[in-house]
Amino acid sequence: MEVKMAEKPKGWKDLKLGCVVTEPGSASTSKTGEWRSERPVRDNTKCIKCGACYIYCPEACINEDEEGFFESDLYYCKGCGICAHECPRGVITMVEEEEE
Amino acid sequence: MERERSEAEREEESFVPRLITTEENFASGHRACIGCGEALAVRHVFKALGRNIIVTNATGCIEIFSSLLPQTSWRVPWIHTLFENVGAVMSGVESAYKARIRKGKIPDRGVKFVGIGGDGATSDIGLQPLSGAMERGHDFLYCCFDNEAYMNTGIQRSSSTPYGAWTTTAPVGKQSIGQITWKKNMPEIAVAHKIPYVATACPSYPFDLMDKVKKGLEMKGPAYVHVLSVCPTGWRSSPDQTIELGRLAVETGIFPLYEVVNGEYRLTVEVPQLKPVKEYMKDQRRFRHLTDDVIEQIQARVEKEYEELKQKAGVE
Amino acid sequence: MTKGKIVGLEGSFAVAEAVRMANADVISAYPITPQTHIVERLAEMIADGELDAEFICVESEHSAMSACVGASAAGARVFTCSAGQGLELMHEVLYIPSSMRLPVVAVAANRALSGPLSVWCDHSDAMSLRDIGWIQMFAENNQQAFDLTVCAFKIAEAQDVLFPVMVHIDGFYLSHVIEDMVLPDDEDVADFIPDYEHPFTLDPENPVSMGCYGPPFIYPEAKKAQEVDFERSKSKILETWKEFGETFGRHYAPVETYKMEDASIALLTMGSISEMAMLAVDELRAEGKTVGLVRLRLWRPFPFAEFREAVKDLELLVVLDRALSFGMGGPVVSEVKSALYDMRGDLKIVSFIVGIGGRDVTIKDYKNMVTRALEEAKTGEWSEEIAARMIGVRD
Repeated sequence: MEVKMAEKPKGWKDLKLGCVVTEPGSASTSKTGEWRSERPVRDNTKCIKCGACYIYCPEACINEDEEGFFESDLYYCKGCGICAHECPRGVITMVEEEEE
Repeated sequence: MERERSEAEREEESFVPRLITTEENFASGHRACIGCGEALAVRHVFKALGRNIIVTNATGCIEIFSSLLPQTSWRVPWIHTLFENVGAVMSGVESAYKARIRKGKIPDRGVKFVGIGGDGATSDIGLQPLSGAMERGHDFLYCCFDNEAYMNTGIQRSSSTPYGAWTTTAPVGKQSIGQITWKKNMPEIAVAHKIPYVATACPSYPFDLMDKVKKGLEMKGPAYVHVLSVCPTGWRSSPDQTIELGRLAVETGIFPLYEVVNGEYRLTVEVPQLKPVKEYMKDQRRFRHLTDDVIEQIQARVEKEYEELKQKAGVE
Repeated sequence: MTKGKIVGLEGSFAVAEAVRMANADVISAYPITPQTHIVERLAEMIADGELDAEFICVESEHSAMSACVGASAAGARVFTCSAGQGLELMHEVLYIPSSMRLPVVAVAANRALSGPLSVWCDHSDAMSLRDIGWIQMFAENNQQAFDLTVCAFKIAEAQDVLFPVMVHIDGFYLSHVIEDMVLPDDEDVADFIPDYEHPFTLDPENPVSMGCYGPPFIYPEAKKAQEVDFERSKSKILETWKEFGETFGRHYAPVETYKMEDASIALLTMGSISEMAMLAVDELRAEGKTVGLVRLRLWRPFPFAEFREAVKDLELLVVLDRALSFGMGGPVVSEVKSALYDMRGDLKIVSFIVGIGGRDVTIKDYKNMVTRALEEAKTGEWSEEIAARMIGVRD
């Protein structure tokens, strides 16, 4: 898994006192989307905007758009399929991740 | 494709999640397994608790998937030291604030204290310091994220592992059915400390969970919330079934959702007709070796304990 | 230079006075003989309103140190104390404030380790803590127990230190024995120790993560950063002691000597046996032997330069260990030999293991040791057997 860090690997002089990490949420540069073998695909014609997918995503990577529909951020999406499984209207289908 | 939905699920469908904050206090990009119920639970808990908190975290899955140097997934102040000492470290943090506010060194901004750990850190190695913190009456919320084994080190049994489950240190073999002891009832141990608030919760019921942790945080004194964390990796279940399995745990009576406020029990999700435990266990390969008679044993025990709980809660 | 009043206090109470005058914010307390009088006295002080601090009666020593870590990380001035088995129980926690750069101050009332169970004094507990990354110093008497504890807060919390500090005081010999000492005025001690401010504190206004984990790609860097700063802390230790001397009139140094000006032989001691050793040196000198005494005050970071300087003109160094490392010998003599290897020349180093489990070391013992050491140095014959270095043990 490639870990995208903000800068090059740190030397001992770069570390903060006591190895404290001062940038909140800095791990959000990690591209966990590279893990998946399936990705979610939506058919919004069926979507009732209930938000079940949003609340059940362990990666917190499903976001609401301006129209109130939801979309998975593929940078983070690990392809677990919970959103597809929980959607009450079958909006989401998991399809195999293709070679880019 | 539509499938048969339960009443609980139908209720959820009509809910609009815009009623809760979209703030994520735990950043995406964490390294939890695909479909991790614990990561989802953490997300819900910290959504509910906001940012005016300090978190003390035990060694374990959450700590590991959220804090690889030199980065962090945490957007709130966070400290991790060792495996078993959350109760003690958290007592120190809370006492520091108390002393410094009283001595006029810092203003009182209503900062609250949260301790988190897995089932191993809570009911095994960390039980003593947690008991001490509860007995001394520090003002904190402790959440146990229970994935029912030492998952971070590779699925070894803990005292929270259910009867009959496969783990690497209580494996299934010619002379073993896996775990031969019954799950330690950690919420009851918390209740026995006579602390103001104890509850069980599950991310499959996110609003119940969020209400409970908020309530626990607000109440003065120790609060304990035990959160069932479905673990596809350790339970050998499909990652997409994490929410479904959490729901089934509740609907079969295996993991009832209740709260105990100053000693008074209340079921927060009532299940009038328990589903058979087999429905919960069939999609988890950690149970697939169990024979019908063992499952019957488990069924009997679950029903008995659920009845006892109902009695305490004054439910017919 | 400030004065103070002369009082009779047992070492435990002297330490408690130091903690009170330093205005600690959080004290975590778990009782263990012979440290109990420290926590009891502190509890009394708080109960009577003489000290405003949160007193956490933890349920084990592991929790005592853990609570100190949490409190220090949240910006509080903290203190705890332990001994023997208690120090062993908190062992894994002790590495934490050093690696996390938290200025925890602790006093160890040195006690022998089980088994068999012993509540009496020796240095086996201290010697098991050599690698933890704490600044460590040894007191010889109750005055030093007080003075070094006061200094400990200032050293630990200095912005260019921020390491935990442990003061070792001999169990019972110091903790429970009343000695006369000078107790400075509260205001003078308060002025001496500035307020505690850490660059990073657990605070929602500035959220940081403390204690993230370190795989192989970063762990060695973390440790080098820690070691570099740890060695640098020595200059602050010396500076603080110098300031203490100027303010209170008592001067401390990493290595202190007694009658070493013309000595060809020296004893090396740590802790309360040093005072008896000084009496023995006087008697030996009266008998015509040019004996001196070297005492290690600063134990970590090890005072290599000062130590080599102190012993450079000796022919014979007799090192007394109050602990035993099975299969290796005295811990102090091992370190001493290592420190002196490159400049050892003709210096003979003889090891004795004394006073373990609280067995008194008498002046007669010292004289016998010096006689025996001189004999062994002269003949070049001595047994490598470690057990043979143990003094005063009945067959």
